[in-house]
Amino acid sequence: MAYLETPPTPAVAASKTVTNGRWAGYRHLLGARMKELWREPEVIFWVFVFPLLLALGLGIAFRNKPADITTIAVVANSHAQQVIDLLQRSPAKTAIHADVLDANVAFDRFRLGKYALVVTADDSGLHYRYDPARPESVLARTQVDDALQTASGRNDPLKTVATQSSQPGARYIDFLVPGLLGMNLMNSGMWGIGFAIVEMRQRKLLKRFVASPMRRTDFLLAMGSSRLVLMLIEVVLLLGFGVLVFHMRIAGSLLAILLIGALGAVSFGGIGLLTASRAQKIETVSGLINLVMMPMWIFSGVFFSYERFPQIVQPAIKALPLTALNDALRAIILQGETLSSQAGRIIILAVWGGLSFVLALRWFRWT
Amino acid sequence: MENAISCRGLRKTYDGKVEAVRGLDLAIQAGECFGLLGPNGAGKTTTIEILEGLLTPTAGEVEILGMTWQAHEQELREWLGISLQETRLSEKLTVRETLQLFASFYHQPNSVPAILEELSLGEKADALVGKLSGGQKQRLAVATALVGNPKILFLDEPTTGLDPQSRRQLWDIIRQFQQRRGTVLLTTHYMDEAERLCDRLAIIDHGQIIAAGTPSELIARLSGHHVVEFALSDAVNDDGVWSRLPGVQAVRNEDGHFSLQVEEPHETIPALLSVVQQKGARLVHLTTRQASLEDVFVQLTGRHLREE
Repeated sequence: MAYLETPPTPAVAASKTVTNGRWAGYRHLLGARMKELWREPEVIFWVFVFPLLLALGLGIAFRNKPADITTIAVVANSHAQQVIDLLQRSPAKTAIHADVLDANVAFDRFRLGKYALVVTADDSGLHYRYDPARPESVLARTQVDDALQTASGRNDPLKTVATQSSQPGARYIDFLVPGLLGMNLMNSGMWGIGFAIVEMRQRKLLKRFVASPMRRTDFLLAMGSSRLVLMLIEVVLLLGFGVLVFHMRIAGSLLAILLIGALGAVSFGGIGLLTASRAQKIETVSGLINLVMMPMWIFSGVFFSYERFPQIVQPAIKALPLTALNDALRAIILQGETLSSQAGRIIILAVWGGLSFVLALRWFRWT
Repeated sequence: MENAISCRGLRKTYDGKVEAVRGLDLAIQAGECFGLLGPNGAGKTTTIEILEGLLTPTAGEVEILGMTWQAHEQELREWLGISLQETRLSEKLTVRETLQLFASFYHQPNSVPAILEELSLGEKADALVGKLSGGQKQRLAVATALVGNPKILFLDEPTTGLDPQSRRQLWDIIRQFQQRRGTVLLTTHYMDEAERLCDRLAIIDHGQIIAAGTPSELIARLSGHHVVEFALSDAVNDDGVWSRLPGVQAVRNEDGHFSLQVEEPHETIPALLSVVQQKGARLVHLTTRQASLEDVFVQLTGRHLREE
């Protein structure tokens, strides 16, 4: 037995030794990783604060206004007051705001987009100036004309009833938050694994680790676990923010959301590991990470639906891991779908993550 | 006594062309402090990293504690303490956390508080690694090697770039480890370090050992154990007169700074003074000293160890 043939162990000072269990290395690696992340202010900002700011900014910019007010200009002349009076009498008076202005001022501001429509009244009747390329302008023309005709006593031959529908779940912010969550899981997986590992390689820290009896699987496991812990915080923060600030309604089960989140975090961790498998410099891996993520920022439906892209590229878009993650998150969060209904997307994510991980292990360089 | 480290016919060729190590044999005994001395690029780091099991040699065999890397990597890792050249440990962890992390990799490590005390890092235990001075960082690097309770300590240029006080502190740490019957293999390009610290050493140049032995043996092998160094006020016609002085074994002239390797300074110096007078020149500098490992290296290679 080789153990017995070795010279006696030189012990430090009072020969105080400790005995470590199987998982001591893993626990310390994970603990060290979490401390490093926590002590890095940039990480806190990009992982936790930035997505919230993005959600807040976009949520406000694209919020559903209580009732869209159409702003129009009425050219000041002797008939102007008559137009204003008619508008005041119409049932749509709260939805239309009219300013009386000199013709040149009115047309100037119409051109700049301040007014959707310019109304000029004279003896021959009403004259509308509108821009067919601007949806709100087209809408304003119909709306104002309708209001003025009704106020003037038009009788509609057909009776109609309209019901308003704008519930949580169908707004832009509802579409946006799951997308941001998916994007955030991708970003932090790629940077948190890919960049971090290359940095350690560049510092020769990886080499120092493998010069010790550290189990290499423990190291990879600890990196993966640190992603899961962060994922938990990311999901809770972003969804909590959506619920509290934008009154989002979460239709699916939280467990299903977390499981999909975990799969996304681990899959992108695997892709991150692959991008980091050989790169020696952080500059190289930064380029690689951006190269991998760029198509997904554009195509995977983070900020807008990928249905806008031509039909022919849809299958390719749906095969991207971020598309699968975003779609699954939206289906569960917004439509309350079950995990089993998302099997196809789960498989896509798992294949990307698993394949990347296997290739990464084959190519990985510790030194 | 059994060898702690031995290698035979070690070769390492990078990319099929650059020969970093060209046939190297070593036998390092347990309890010994052995130094690999050589200039930058001599193949010291490649050699020590092969012995550490971090590089695979192109040819040759390595045995550590009677075992090979191929068959016993896991056991060997438990018994070796390694400090690499230029590892930058994580700056966001404290000294104590770093040592706890490294200790957790070993089955039976030393206690972290004991190591902190032994390496005089106690006061800095809760400081972030990023805030340490160069000397403290280097002590921490050695501490991460010692915390595993190793039998053999590998140190690659442990004191490069350190101030004299930090270097002496590290030497003390290495000696303490050796006193507890630990074996040390270190690389250095500092002569004084090799002379004071190492029981035996091998001088390496161009991937080969050009001399090996104890520091005093190596110096004794020099022809002429003393060195007379002098400089003249004006350049004089050098017609080989210095080598004809009594007792002179070798002459070196580096930009007007002469050094003579001599057997007996008291025979050489009077003759030197009269030659200087004959030539009508004036001495601006004259010293004598014991020959050092630097002189050994210069005699063997014609170059200085630390040539820029």
